[in-house]
Amino acid sequence: MEIYLPIAGVSIDVFVLLALGTVVGVISGVFGVGGGFFLTPFLIFIGIPHTVAVASSANQLVGASVSGTLAHWRRGNLDLHMAAILLVGGLAGSAFGVWLFGVLRSIGQIDLAISLSYAAMLSLLGVLMLIESVRAMLRVRSGVRRRKLHQHNWLHGLPFKVRFRRSKLYISALLPLALGFIVGVLSGVMGLGGGFVMVPAMIYLLGMPTVVVPGTSLFQIIFVAAAVTVLQAIENGTVDVLLALVLLVGAVIGAQFGSRVSARLRGEHLRALLAVIVLAVAAKLCVDLASSPASIYSLEMLAP
Amino acid sequence: MIRGAVLVVLLLLAASPRGLAAEAFSADLSSHLIAITTGFTGASVVLFGATDGPGDVIAVVRGPERAIVVRRKSRVAGLWVNTHEVTFYGVPSFYALYSSRPLAEIAPPGMQALHQIGVDNLRLVKSDAQSPEESEIFRKALIAQEQSQGLYGKTPGRIIFLGDRLFRATIDFPKNVPTGAYHFEVYLVRDNAVVSGQTTPLVVSQIGVDADVNEFAERQALAYGLLAVAGAAMAGWLASLPFRNA
Repeated sequence: MEIYLPIAGVSIDVFVLLALGTVVGVISGVFGVGGGFFLTPFLIFIGIPHTVAVASSANQLVGASVSGTLAHWRRGNLDLHMAAILLVGGLAGSAFGVWLFGVLRSIGQIDLAISLSYAAMLSLLGVLMLIESVRAMLRVRSGVRRRKLHQHNWLHGLPFKVRFRRSKLYISALLPLALGFIVGVLSGVMGLGGGFVMVPAMIYLLGMPTVVVPGTSLFQIIFVAAAVTVLQAIENGTVDVLLALVLLVGAVIGAQFGSRVSARLRGEHLRALLAVIVLAVAAKLCVDLASSPASIYSLEMLAP
Repeated sequence: MIRGAVLVVLLLLAASPRGLAAEAFSADLSSHLIAITTGFTGASVVLFGATDGPGDVIAVVRGPERAIVVRRKSRVAGLWVNTHEVTFYGVPSFYALYSSRPLAEIAPPGMQALHQIGVDNLRLVKSDAQSPEESEIFRKALIAQEQSQGLYGKTPGRIIFLGDRLFRATIDFPKNVPTGAYHFEVYLVRDNAVVSGQTTPLVVSQIGVDADVNEFAERQALAYGLLAVAGAAMAGWLASLPFRNA
């Protein structure tokens, strides 16, 4: 059954959209990330214009992260203090990201910028996560216990230190601020919640306890995604509500499956699995950048 | 149903030879509006008409014009990067060609160029001083891309004559048809020359809820964005309710 999407201006089979939403929901339920890294490329693949895919993914993400945050909130797995600081960085970053999106688009380098920055970031995080989770698995097997909550490095020497009680951390406020900003930029440029970057960064860079990470990440993503949606609507006029809502229906169903699956897996196995997926996406992006495109020519319609 | 209506019109036209003599050449569409609704999967209209005697008919369908940037990738340090671009203005968003006989038999190249018959004869204005060879390559790429999206016809469609004077053709529009004002130019060709021509308009427009959404999104961008966020947040909250005790 095809439905016509008013802003995208194309007809798409509603079941394809529901299925896509469900898969994204499963990923988001299992790992506590938004799944935008998966959603945006697939929307483009099924024929939604690039710009509409980015903006509508952000809209979809608002709903998905509200749903996810509420689930974590009820279990008390949320560090509001940390989320607030991430959010300040995130809002500034998303405004910058939407502006950057417009600039890159006008010089025709938006696709390249997205692929390059994303491939770099995913490769780095994927490798970090894989190493860390394999180590954790070996530790469990050999029965050695971890002594410290996290490793100390130069990042802990930065000024403006703040105590985050829920996360059991005493770190510089600059860290979450910068992290929020970077993820906000990604969000603005790519329509991603950035959970994929945020979650590993919270664990490995900030050293937050794994249990509070998904809730805190999702909570601040609500606001960043909301800001991106509104900014994209004003700046580029590319938010398709119908598309976002259909995807959301699928995502909600998928998230329930996902959280059941995640309850049955061990933490380090989960992280290793996430690392493998992150690396697979990064590899795909690198291959696409380096291999010959289907057509070396591309068209862009200029606004009348 | 459309076919039936067209047949009736054709029969009426055929039954009144006086009317035909007065109107040397006439053509019209079964509908002047293509309405895009939520279930839109493409549409077709019937072009029909009558000539004042033997001859061939060529019809050119053009969608609203807009500017298009064509970009070319090349290899930079192992990566494919957009490096060259040419902007074309006055590019029809849709182009289709219909004729009663193969073009080569009825239309000499001069005529094709004059009336912009065939995608190779589209008069496109390009942005900056590129070499003619270079801009020709970009122009070809533009047309190939439009064709692969189904917006430019690859081969001319058929116009069928019913007897000597009455003709008809079914014009198909894909599901991704751009909205706006379309023009049909219908030419009567005799002895390698256009002897008569007629234009008729067609409007492709979103109607119903979709059109309202689109208009609202354009006119009240801020309110639209806020509502989109509120709607998604509400849906997310509703979705979490059944699992409250999970």
